[in-house]
This record gives sequence, structure tokens and C-alpha cells, in this order.
Amino acid sequence: MRYHPHTEGDVREMLEAAGAKSLDDLFRSIPAPLRLNRPLELPPPADEITLFSELRRLAARDDVQHPPFVGAGAYPHHVPPVVDQLLLRGEFFTAYTPYQPEISQGTLQALFEWQTFVCLLTGLEVANASMYDGASATAEAVLMATRITGRSKVVVSAAVHPEYRKVLATYLRSSGDRIVTVPFGPDGRTDLAALSAAVDEETAAVVVGYPNFLGVVDAVPEAAAAAHAKGALCISVTTEAVALGLLQGPGALGADAAVGTFQSFGNPVSFGGPAPGFFALREEHLRQMPGRVCGATVDKLGRRGFVLTLSTREQHIRRERATSNICTNAGLCALASTIHLALLGKKGLAELARVNYARGRLLSEAMERQGFRRVFSGPAFNELAFEVGDAEGVVERLASRGIAAGAPLARFYPDDPKLRGALLCVATELHAPELIDLFAKAVRS
Amino acid sequence: MANPTGWKPDVQAGVAHAAQEEVGLGHATRGLAFEEGLLFERGSRGRTGVSLPPRGSDADPAREIPVALLRPEVEGLPEVGELEVVRHFTRLSTWNWGIDTGFYPLGSCTMKYNPRSSEALARLPGFAELHPLAPPSMAQGALELMYRLERALSEISGFATTTLAPAAGAQGELCGLMVIRAYHVARGNPRKKVLIPDTAHGTNPASSALNGYQVVPVKSGEDGRLHPEAVRAAMDEDVAAIMITNPNTLGIFESHIAEIADVVHAKGGLVYGDGANMNALLGVARPGDMGFDVMQFNLHKTFATPHGGGGPGSGPVAVKEQLAPFLPLPLVVREGDRYRLVTDPAERPRSIGKLREFWGNFGMFVRAWALIRELGPEGLRRAAELAVLNANYARALLKDAYDLPYATDSLHEVVFSDKNLKPTGVTTMDVAKRLIDHGFHPPTVYFPLVVHGALMIEPTETESKETIERFCAAMRDIAEEAAVRPEAVKAAPVKPVRARLDETRAARKPVLRWTPGMKVE
Ligand SMILES: Cc1ncc(COP(=O)(O)O)c(C=O)c1O
Repeated sequence: MRYHPHTEGDVREMLEAAGAKSLDDLFRSIPAPLRLNRPLELPPPADEITLFSELRRLAARDDVQHPPFVGAGAYPHHVPPVVDQLLLRGEFFTAYTPYQPEISQGTLQALFEWQTFVCLLTGLEVANASMYDGASATAEAVLMATRITGRSKVVVSAAVHPEYRKVLATYLRSSGDRIVTVPFGPDGRTDLAALSAAVDEETAAVVVGYPNFLGVVDAVPEAAAAAHAKGALCISVTTEAVALGLLQGPGALGADAAVGTFQSFGNPVSFGGPAPGFFALREEHLRQMPGRVCGATVDKLGRRGFVLTLSTREQHIRRERATSNICTNAGLCALASTIHLALLGKKGLAELARVNYARGRLLSEAMERQGFRRVFSGPAFNELAFEVGDAEGVVERLASRGIAAGAPLARFYPDDPKLRGALLCVATELHAPELIDLFAKAVRS
Repeated sequence: MANPTGWKPDVQAGVAHAAQEEVGLGHATRGLAFEEGLLFERGSRGRTGVSLPPRGSDADPAREIPVALLRPEVEGLPEVGELEVVRHFTRLSTWNWGIDTGFYPLGSCTMKYNPRSSEALARLPGFAELHPLAPPSMAQGALELMYRLERALSEISGFATTTLAPAAGAQGELCGLMVIRAYHVARGNPRKKVLIPDTAHGTNPASSALNGYQVVPVKSGEDGRLHPEAVRAAMDEDVAAIMITNPNTLGIFESHIAEIADVVHAKGGLVYGDGANMNALLGVARPGDMGFDVMQFNLHKTFATPHGGGGPGSGPVAVKEQLAPFLPLPLVVREGDRYRLVTDPAERPRSIGKLREFWGNFGMFVRAWALIRELGPEGLRRAAELAVLNANYARALLKDAYDLPYATDSLHEVVFSDKNLKPTGVTTMDVAKRLIDHGFHPPTVYFPLVVHGALMIEPTETESKETIERFCAAMRDIAEEAAVRPEAVKAAPVKPVRARLDETRAARKPVLRWTPGMKVE
């Protein structure tokens, strides 16, 4: 076994030193009735060639010949090979949480850079070292808002990603906090009248998507004003972070916290995970922030260096009084995003966002040419919903042609008759203009 | 080739320098290290490191999106070329310690070798480029892999079924506790308390509190084990569950587990297993056969998915049949020769709901499955045997040099303390830092909390006898050095790019991001 370096001689000598008669004897502290007296029922060991042929066979049964036209929380983007080749440096990917800062400055400085990127893109003052995903980041942001305000109601736009709202509901089930969902209007933006009516002195937070799940650039300034009028926090949720290269950071628009995923930067869709959740915040609430955070300091000789800091918020110190139970987060995914954002830089990110916006328009025009109108009139980025009639039928039909067509909105909003034929589609830099045309035609026939 | 400058190395001086430099027992030297500033402190206007396609349309965003919501570019972003980026992160990487660099006996974290095969397989386009909402007909390979992994984890742990959804160990704990709450609610009363032994990891109480339970600590005995009497005394009908790590964080098997489970079950409570230490039990014993009702795996520990400098992890949760209806969605099922995800709550009306977006950290499932396939039943058992052998070998080599607070048998890890060093003034932290100079990553320190000055050593099965011997020689060398030259130990580390960092200052005056002109002095 290539990963087990022990020779029979080694085992013998080590057993003798340890005062054990056999390998079995090492387990004498496990009472005999609790031991497993048979081999595990698993396939026999595989050599490397067998392993690869088996897993290649599985991977080949997944159809990835065309870039998917579905986003809905996981976005197909080009990942420059530089990203992965740097991630594969063993010093990065085989390290763990930087508990020993003197030999973890690489991870720590990269986290500091990640935190800076998150702050710059969201327009907020502080950020943590990453969360599991956008959904749990959203739930943690709401929990934080209830701690900060001492209130127990949260007003959530129905246009926030439905899976994020489900996760929020799961996280809040035991706390007694109440979720009030407000609808979106025909423009795909949160219904501001309903939102203002729902926010009251009991409200801890208002949660809106930016862009929201429908692909629409939602009204963060208005939502923030409504929240602040009653002393609540405004939390913005971003699933397609490339949009932040075109749009103002939510912090600049009044959001008190911004959460979501940076999957779009440097992380493949990978059937939904892993990807880095992000969490950004106004500095005044720093002590209530969940998760790890990296800070700058100096060493004994006065040289700048980085450490994990403010750990008195965390589970290993504070145990049941911690701000969160999170321990392992999504460090390597955050590093992937950091590398990709470094490559993009100021010009590259601005341009990537504009390419995505342009591809969204091409998709919109191509679909209109085929007679499919946009469902929502509000401003969009690279994701748009179209009225296609039998949306599930379209998805099934295009699957047989190797195209993941989109997300039928009726799956997520089964009670909304207006969305019965709506298909949510995305176009990114991966979707060349000709491919977009082909796609629209394929949806038609 | 000619030497235009006429420079010649001063061989004598070089030799003298090399002689001065101590080579550590882990073969560490000072080597060559670069200073490397922040990304934001380098570059030049106009540079970029990406190659992008033309837009393909000249549609103007300002015609559609309110101008107040637009920005021309993000202020403060760096402007660097591809080579600069490559060099920046390559240099940063050299400041880091990974398993690939050297021995990493970080107790409780199971820092075993991360196979390169697993990395290559997770990157196959059929896995990496598959969209989570691709129709099931386009995702049969991924779904089959999830199904096989689910079956394997259930078999390895001895439970009926497993959810792959949780993103890490702590989210697995939360998931398990939510399932426990849902079970009690279904029986009419969620109950109020969770019992947690004093050896437990911090995530156990934090997860309990996050799920609305009051935490009741239970003391472990003189032998480092939890005793049925202690549990009996704390147990009543308000207790929803007990959370037990087995082997516990002292590396000791909780041999009274069956009786403890009986005590808890008799009062209607459930037994939660923190499976972070599952590496000790692979193929040897199964939590499901010992009285546990639910447990989480840490795939990033036991099944060698890389720790990535702090994640991503994966924390599947296995349960007994009676808890299966409450598991979160999705679940992967096989129907004939087809695979499908159950995502509709109507199909699982008692499910606790969703715990994360989509289906879990699929990239980690590929890696874990690859390891299980390569090792097979005998390889998995061998992994547990060698992990336990390595820990016991380290224990034998160190037990007369360091205080061993618990003489009870060790499984996959062993915990020493700095008690014997007291008279020298050298502490666990100093020992840890001195190990770095020798060329070893320190053990986990100051955990578990029941041991003052704990040094928690978990070698894992992928380390050789020689590596453990060298590490133990360094540990012994430090103990001797502490007696004669404590100041040298306290001055460590001297070899890394940074000396000890001022953590108090970092917390008192937090600087958590770059800003223009940033100074840290
Ligand atoms: C004993 C124990 N339990 C739980 C955890 C939590 O796991 P994770 O960090 O994956 O959330 C850890 C590791 O950090 C651990 O060592």
C-alpha cells in the first residue's frame, strides 16, 4: 500500500517498543463485544489504473460537453489554469488552519488579501476568513442581527435564493425567531411597499438579493432605508459576485452586512460544492461576527506579519457562548478566489463583468428573436428569466442534446401562476455569441 | 562561460556559516526566503493577468441599470500581470507548512497524506464542470458516486443511512442535533439539555447552543474516561442527548460506551457521536454497534480530503433507522439502475429541511470515495492499525521525557503535558515553537482543556517509523535543552520567516484588511 510506509520489520519493532503483542492487541481497550468481527463489506482494493478507469467511467456519464445555461446560485465561469496550479502547491492545500502563525504566513497573508477583496467588492469595512457557503453565511448573518438588535423577526425578500431561505429556516427553527417573506413585483424587484409594511420595531434584519435569485438587480438602497427607519440591519445576499465588478458594493448602498458566495471567482461549479461563502460587515459589529478572521500585527523583531485574531468570539475559546459553531471553513476555495481576483485586478474585473452583462443582453435578444419574452422588467446582469411555456419540457428536451438549459422557476415558486412557464437562464464569458444563438433556437424547436 | 564580475564565493566563510547553523532533527535549515508584500502594494496601472473574450455586444448597462447602482471599476484592486501573480503566491506558499513539507502531528486533525490521485480525479471535467442543477439524466455518474459513498460510509460506521450534505464537522454536529431535536419534537417534547464531557471539542457545546440546547458539562474520570455513574447523575428526562467523541480527545477509548448509552436511552435520550476520531476505528469497530444513534464524519480528516489551510471540509451524518426520516435533504437514492436526488419535502415530510445550498461538498466526495476504493476493507483497517501503532510508538519514545497525564491505553493519538518542564519555566508553547526550528509542525497545544499545557500528538498512519523517531528525538532534545538553556527554547522559533507574533496587539488594534498607506508597527 503506497500510503502506508511500514515494513513488517517496522511493525514488529514498534509493537515491541509499545509493549503490544500484535496489532490487534493495540485495540485491547475496546471491549470485545464492541469490535467488528468481519471485514467491512466494501469493494476490494483498487490499484491506481483500475481506480482511474472506474472513476473516469463515472465522470464520463456526466454530460458536460457544453457550458451550462443554468446559474441559479452556481455560475459557470472560466477558471484560468494559474489558479489551480497555484492551489496545488502542497504548502497550501495540505496545510490546515494556521494555528502556528510563524509557519503559516502564506495562508494568513492570502486570507488577509481575501478579506481585503471581500471588503473592496462589497464596500464594507471588515470581512471574515470565509464561510461554508452562501446559504449558511446568510443564516449566520441573520442570527448575528438578532444578537445585535435583541429582536427576533426577520423580513426576507422572496427573491432571495430559495435554497438560502430554506437553509435560513432550518437554522432558525430552534431559536423561535420568525421569518416574514415579502413578495417581489412584476419587475422582479422586492415589493417595497410590502417590505416597508412588514418591517417594524421587532425586526432584526431585512434580507435582499443583489442581484437576486431572479437575476434582477434589487433595490438595496430602498431596502436599507426601510430597515434603518425601524432600527433593523440590512443584509444583502450575492450569489453571482462577478456582478460586483459592474455594480456598486452593497455597503455603499446602505447594507450593513453583505454575504453570499465567491464561487464565481476561481471555483468550478463542481456539482454544487465546495465554494467559499463570504461575510462582510460594518466594523461596529465586528465583535458579533461569526467565523475566523485574520489580522495584521508585528513579530518580536518588529516585522509585519499575520495571525488569526479576535478568537474570543469563537467556539474553541468561548464554547457554548461563541458567536458561531463554525471551525473548518472554506479556506482553499477562498484562496482560489483570491488568486483569480489578483489575476483579474481592477481592469480585468471591470471588463469581465461587462462581458457578462453583454452576454446577458445577447441571450435576451436571441431569445426574443425566438419569441420568448423576458419575465421580469427590472434591470438584470447576466441571468434572465424567459417565458418558454413548458419549462420542464424544455429542460428535458435540451438535456438529450447535452445542454443544461436553465432552472424552471415553478420548481422554486410552485404557487405563483405567473412563473409556470418561466425558465431562468444565464450567459457568461463561456457562452460565445454563436452558442447563445444555437441555444435560443434549440429552446424553440 | 567567462565570469565578468570576477566574483568568487568565499568557500571558507561559507563553510564557517554552515557550521554555525544548526540543522534540526527534522533536517530544517534557514534556507532562502523572500520578503513578499501584499498584492495591493505592488503592480502598476493598466496591468492585468487575464485574457478575456470580446463582449460581443455594445449594450450599455447604464441604459438598463440605474446609474447610482453602477461603478466604473472597483477602487483599490491590484493591477498585476500573470507572472507577478504566480510569483506572489508561490512565494507565499513557501512561508507555509503543509503535510507535503514535513511531519504534521496536529492532534484531533488527522493530518494524513493527501493522495495526488484524489486531486486528479476530482478535477475530471465530468465532476468539476457539472452544474448542480443539471438534469439527473446528465448527472448519473456524480449521483452514482454519491450513492456509493453514502453506502460505504453507512457500512463503515454501522448506521442505516447517511446524509452527505453538511459542509464540515461542526455543521455535521449541528445537523445531528437538529435531527435529534426533530425526533424529540415528534415525540411531543424537544427537551432542553445536552450532556457534554469535559474532554469535548469546542464545536460540541457551540453546536448545541446554536440548536437551542443548554449545555451540561460532565466530568471525565481519573482514567480519562467517561463513567456511567457521572452520566447517570446528570441524566434526566430533560436531556435530549449526550455528545461523545470516541475515542475521545485524549485518544482514549470510551470503553463504558455501551453502558452509558443504556443509561441515556433508558431516560429517552439519544447518543450523538462526534466522529472526528473515526480514523482509530476504521474496520475495527463501528459506532453504530456501540449504542450511538447518530454521528458525523469528518471526510477531511479520516478520508484524506485536503485540509486546504482551513477547509473546505465535509461532514456527512450517519443515523440509525429511527432517525432517518428526519435527515436533511437531499438524499440520494437508487431506482433500478438510475440514481436520483430526493429534494422535494413532500417526499420526506419529516425532514429537518436544508442545511446548505445544493447537495454538499461534492468535490470532497470524489476524493473520499477514491481513497475508500483504493484502500478497500483491508486497507482501511490497516490505516486504523498503523495510526494506532504510530501513536503508541510515539508514546513509548516520549513517556519518560514528558509527563503523561493519563496512563490509560492510547489509540490514534496521545496527550502529554508540560508539567515536568515547570522548574525550567519552559511551557508547551515554547516546546511547540522550538519544534518548528527542528523542522516539525507542532502538535495541537492546550487542547483538550482537561490537561494543563496539553501537547496532543496524532502521527497518522502515513508517517514512517523513522519520521516518528526523529520527531521524538527532537521532543527529547527540547526537554533536555529546557533544563540547561531554557532561554534558547523560549527564543524559538528562529528559523521561519517570522519570529513569534504579537497576538495581543492584533486583537487590541485590529487591522483586518489592507487600506491605502496601511502601516503596522
Ligand atoms: C474532536 C473534534 N470535533 C469536531 C471538530 C469540528 O470539525 P470541523 O472543523 O470540520 O468543523 C473537530 C475539528 O476541528 C474535532 O477535532
